Amino acid sequence: MSKGKYGVHGGQYIPETLMNAIIELEAAYEHYKNDQDFQDELTELLNEYAGRPSRLYYAKKMTKDLGGAKIYLKREDLNHTGSHKINNVLGQALLAKKMGKTRLIAETGAGQHGVATATAAALMGFECEIFMGKEDTDRQALNVFRMELLGARVHVVTAGTMTLKDAVNETMREWTKRVEDTHYVLGSVMGPHPFPEMVRDFQSVISKEARQQILEKEGKLPSAVIACVGGGSNAMGAFYNFIADKEVKLIGCEAAGKGVDTALTAATIAKGSLGIFHGMKSYFCQDEFGQIAPVYSISAGLDYPGIGPEHANLHDTKRAEYVAITDDEAVNAFEYLSKTEGIIPAIESAHAIAYAMVLAPKMKKDEIIIVNVSGRGDKDVAAIARYKGENIYE
Amino acid sequence: MSNLQANKISKIFKDNKAFIAFLTAGDPSLDKTEEFILAIEKAGADLVEIGIPFSDPIAEGLVIQEANERALSVGTTTDKIFMMVKRVRQKTAIPLVFLTYINPIFVYGIDRFFKACQESGINGIIIPDLPFEEKGEVLDVAKTYGVDVITLIAPTSKDRIQTLAKEATGFIYLVSSMGVTGVRSEIKTDLKTMIDDIRQVSETPIAVGFGISDPDQAKAIAKISDGVIVGSAIVKIISEHGDNASDSLYNYVKSMKEAIS
Ligand SMILES: Cc1ncc(COP(=O)(O)O)c(C=O)c1O
Repeated sequence: MSKGKYGVHGGQYIPETLMNAIIELEAAYEHYKNDQDFQDELTELLNEYAGRPSRLYYAKKMTKDLGGAKIYLKREDLNHTGSHKINNVLGQALLAKKMGKTRLIAETGAGQHGVATATAAALMGFECEIFMGKEDTDRQALNVFRMELLGARVHVVTAGTMTLKDAVNETMREWTKRVEDTHYVLGSVMGPHPFPEMVRDFQSVISKEARQQILEKEGKLPSAVIACVGGGSNAMGAFYNFIADKEVKLIGCEAAGKGVDTALTAATIAKGSLGIFHGMKSYFCQDEFGQIAPVYSISAGLDYPGIGPEHANLHDTKRAEYVAITDDEAVNAFEYLSKTEGIIPAIESAHAIAYAMVLAPKMKKDEIIIVNVSGRGDKDVAAIARYKGENIYE
Repeated sequence: MSNLQANKISKIFKDNKAFIAFLTAGDPSLDKTEEFILAIEKAGADLVEIGIPFSDPIAEGLVIQEANERALSVGTTTDKIFMMVKRVRQKTAIPLVFLTYINPIFVYGIDRFFKACQESGINGIIIPDLPFEEKGEVLDVAKTYGVDVITLIAPTSKDRIQTLAKEATGFIYLVSSMGVTGVRSEIKTDLKTMIDDIRQVSETPIAVGFGISDPDQAKAIAKISDGVIVGSAIVKIISEHGDNASDSLYNYVKSMKEAIS
């Protein structure tokens, strides 16, 4: 029987070699998610170590400048290690510990998930190996050094398109080689069940806090929640506790790269079709024969040809809307938020900021937008400078 | 000329240790794949597994990954592979089995894909990323068109072995080692115990694959199983000899078949 379905999406499409590991993981997760001690321990880690709850900041200057809806920023960039990725990683690492695993492996695109995993490994005493595409080790060199500093071994993946998709392939291959003592810390709401559900649960702390914070500050719910979407974990986390609030629009921002009408794009909902890859049925950028397309985005974290199955279903049921943001729009938003609010966002998060800049002016002044700032942009500064034709050294 | 009637998969295991050869369709070209299949058959192989190349073959080691890339880079498509299989079927009755990932099948259209398998004379299919829990995706359609969906059993299958084996048809693909495909100097898995487990619930022939490359290994494994599957070692010969691989393939397969006979 197929498990972990979101409408037609989801499932567990993985080699037999991994099935028992996945079944074991699912059983452990089902047990610990209802275990008060586990939840207390995780909350303690999230609060004392990662710095939660994250702030919901009223972006006053940006609101005034755009002249429409009131804009609040959910500051996941202020978490320890600099992004939302730590929420999921602490959950999975704690679970792996309970399962008696001694080694963590993970893929990474922008390097944020790799850094978070290396951090948790250092904290909790795991051996750690990270797989990262060569294209990404070049454009996010700072994060490679951070991971090594934290004691992880970084494997540079030179297969295929040398980006996030290939890093996932290689981590899956590594897991089939050594599964007994190893947990694969998947970095987004994707892959085979139970990952999409488990990662969403660990990230849902974002909307749990944000919903409470906005009710405290404004006494009402926002009109829209906006987040960027690579695999979709920060967006799922930001959406989850608002799904039942039908009046709240949920908007995911995909990477259009050079534009959805060019080949250089990673906009899965705009350009993809139904397929089965990386353990899940969902939408993928691919050709008529099911060959996965080489995708492109300036943002290494959004440069992925698929999307998590729960997002695919939120799209099918029209509960969420997905828009595509180009490199140029994202770079513009990156600079805008830096100059306007003194907050340098990750280039991934800048895709969400960019759409808020489009949407806010069209909305009424008594309406509210929450934008999830999934990470901070220090890692991107050198790449943005290069994008603008300046040659700076990292 | 019409297709030859393909021999049944089960027939090759009758009083015979089967030698199963894998190659990637379109590496280095589909014309060459056709020629190589015939050379391999002439050398004594009992069944040929034809890989439909995929952009992201997550169960493959480097040797077969690179074969997939070479095949795709010359424009190999599922449609062209079906045409090649039809040509092969006019010349040989050897059982032919596809190996590919679920996405190329799903996106082609499951009904359309298996219908084309039947029309071109494919007997079975191996789908590394379609575990028991998800095989409902293709099983009924595959049956309708007379294509066996081959069951894979891995060293980590443990308590799943008998559930998997009970429903197996065609042959059982026993994965010899952890990890991805690729030549290994040593196979450490306790295959004998796994085979005994399977035998308690199933009469389906068992062929062992992953890592096998030399005649001595093949001989030892054939003693405890019904056949051996060799992939990376064959693909490596093709990568080294390119268009001129036929003679080397013939000699290699002949030596392997002799070793297990
Ligand atoms: C800061 C940041 N935001 C977003 C993403 C995209 O991932 P997801 O869609 O899972 O949130 C990444 C991934 O690397 C990231 O580093």
